[in-house]
Amino acid sequence: MEFTRRDTLAIGMGAVAITVLPFRVNAAAEEAISAFTGGADIAETGVTLIAPEIAENGNTVPIGVEAEGAVAIMVLAMGNPTPGVATFTFGELAGAHSASTRIRLAGTQDLVAIAQMADGSFAKASSNVKVTIGGCGG
Amino acid sequence: MISRRDFLQAGMAASALVGASGFGNWSRLAAQQALTQDQLLQFDTFGNVSLIHITDIHAQLKPIYFREPEINLGVGDNKGHVPHITGADFRKLHGIEDGSPSAYALTYNDFTALAKTYGRMGGMDRVATVVNAIRAERPDALLLDGGDTWHGSYTCYHTQGQDVVNVMNALKPDAMTFHWEFTLGTERIRELVQGLPFAALGANIFDAEWDEPSEDFKPYEMFERGGVKIAVIGQAFPYMPIANPGWMFPEYSFGIRDQRMQEIVDEVRAAGAELVVCLSHNGFDVDKQMASRVTGIDVILTGHTHDALPEPVLVGETILIASGSNGKFVSRVDLDVRDGRMMGFRHKLIPIFSDVIAPDTAVAAVIDEQRAPYMDQLTEVIGQADTLLYRRGNFNGTWDDLICDALISEREADIAMSPGVRWGPSILPGQDITREDIHNVTSMTYGKAYRTEMTGEFLNVILEDVGDNLFNTDPYYQQGGDMVRVGGLGYRIDISKPMGQRISEMTLLKTGEAIDPAQTYVVAGWASVNEGTEGPQIWDVVEDYIRKQGTVTVAPNTSVQVVGA
Repeated sequence: MEFTRRDTLAIGMGAVAITVLPFRVNAAAEEAISAFTGGADIAETGVTLIAPEIAENGNTVPIGVEAEGAVAIMVLAMGNPTPGVATFTFGELAGAHSASTRIRLAGTQDLVAIAQMADGSFAKASSNVKVTIGGCGG
Repeated sequence: MISRRDFLQAGMAASALVGASGFGNWSRLAAQQALTQDQLLQFDTFGNVSLIHITDIHAQLKPIYFREPEINLGVGDNKGHVPHITGADFRKLHGIEDGSPSAYALTYNDFTALAKTYGRMGGMDRVATVVNAIRAERPDALLLDGGDTWHGSYTCYHTQGQDVVNVMNALKPDAMTFHWEFTLGTERIRELVQGLPFAALGANIFDAEWDEPSEDFKPYEMFERGGVKIAVIGQAFPYMPIANPGWMFPEYSFGIRDQRMQEIVDEVRAAGAELVVCLSHNGFDVDKQMASRVTGIDVILTGHTHDALPEPVLVGETILIASGSNGKFVSRVDLDVRDGRMMGFRHKLIPIFSDVIAPDTAVAAVIDEQRAPYMDQLTEVIGQADTLLYRRGNFNGTWDDLICDALISEREADIAMSPGVRWGPSILPGQDITREDIHNVTSMTYGKAYRTEMTGEFLNVILEDVGDNLFNTDPYYQQGGDMVRVGGLGYRIDISKPMGQRISEMTLLKTGEAIDPAQTYVVAGWASVNEGTEGPQIWDVVEDYIRKQGTVTVAPNTSVQVVGA
């Protein structure tokens, strides 16, 4: 078959801008946690955070959080330039203490969900979400 | 409860394959004389349920040669564990004699000599014979197809999967799950799935817009066999839109979704399932991890990573069965299910030696019918192989080197990149290379060969990114392919390091100089996941190159140095 070698430019594998290393934790994330908890201890159990291990599309990553008995759940994308994603608050009559949304991730990083319980204690869950070029597996 | 281990039938490793004595001197003992169909199929029917598993056939309807991997490195908790054991270590682990039929079927050593002795493997007409023989002993056995079925050949590409669908339908499967099928595009996969006379399963196939389970695929199917209520849950390849072009099927979302799997297992148990089978395309290490996190699955029929294991792997109360690829093997699993639980099992990985197992004439006719309109195209000889051409392994195989040579030469590039896929049959030295053979290692719906410029820094990013898809110590972050194959570029990889620190000593081979992060290099490659990729089809590039070469010789590749294994 005939083709002109030079004519055929291409979007090759990974024409996407991406960096190798996971995004660093933004200092603003630590500040947001302090502001939310007032520096209180945070338990490691009691919160469920559902997020994909590898994002299909970093621009719209579906996540879900759940914490039985929570009055508020804060979600942070630790490596985003603006780490705050959302804080869900639950009233006394809330039937379920769960919420789901979609978030944008600038790159591979940890997601953290911190729940404030009715008794004033805090609990958290975290999950690493990878944003990758992909395309070479299978 | 009786130990499950007691019920394990050694399968291939011991009694099934006799006649191995007399080998080692490469005597021309024809496969037919050493083996019989009865020996291959010998199985003492056990319990009350039989499962038949086949997976990752990649549209290989006819018998092929397929060399198993030499390099298949495990990391983290899986380092040194099945399936990351190859060659002599594999034979030692499973008690397989050097030079025996099992050694040929399951390991890479002396492949050319053994292939000439034992012949091709696979062929869906031979698989049909095996399936029919099992059904003769257990009429209500379940036949389950793990996916990667409607992809990987000239005729599959030109019929958009119809040829394989027609042949598989003749085998009468009971359920199937999916991976490469989605690269046919949303419209075509919907059309094919809607016409299937069996269940199309994928509990993790979601509607991308609503993030709810897709209505096009059922999460599970309930069967009643041998008086046992059986739930077969499908698990499609989790990283479809990442490893393959998501723009071809934007309506769907996937992912591993442990919680969803647990919910479905609980749901089917509540509905009375006494046996829960997961028909999975996760890949072996991902399935192993899923088995440790999701409770209540009795059997995972695992696919995607193309591992062929003569013995099941136990994770807690779950057994994992891996049935190889390209039609080389069929697994039979007999189960004793009583009082609502699995009490024992017997398993055999049945090797499909095409010269030993007689083709089923009805299915053979269906295969011939699919191929007939294309025979002139398929059989045209493009060149000859002087070197064994194979692909399977973590790093470049000779087929990959040949494809990279073709890209550099035909596309005037400094560097070539070829995807680290695990499909693609082997070609023996001295064998003709036909157009069909070229398509068998290149066929896909996004095969255009791009030519572009990349900086040294970006090349490093790609190698690190793909390296992490393979060597991340958490299997849930692995995509199940192998390392991207490169031509014109040398590098060193330390697989024990984290992402960003694995790749070093990147060298432009044509000058011997170190890759400069700031410099721009001309790169040719194929299988880009990006929409709008331009260029000739990769199979045309490879065909042109082979035609010019006549006889193809591929020098040993010493440009990738692997450490940390």
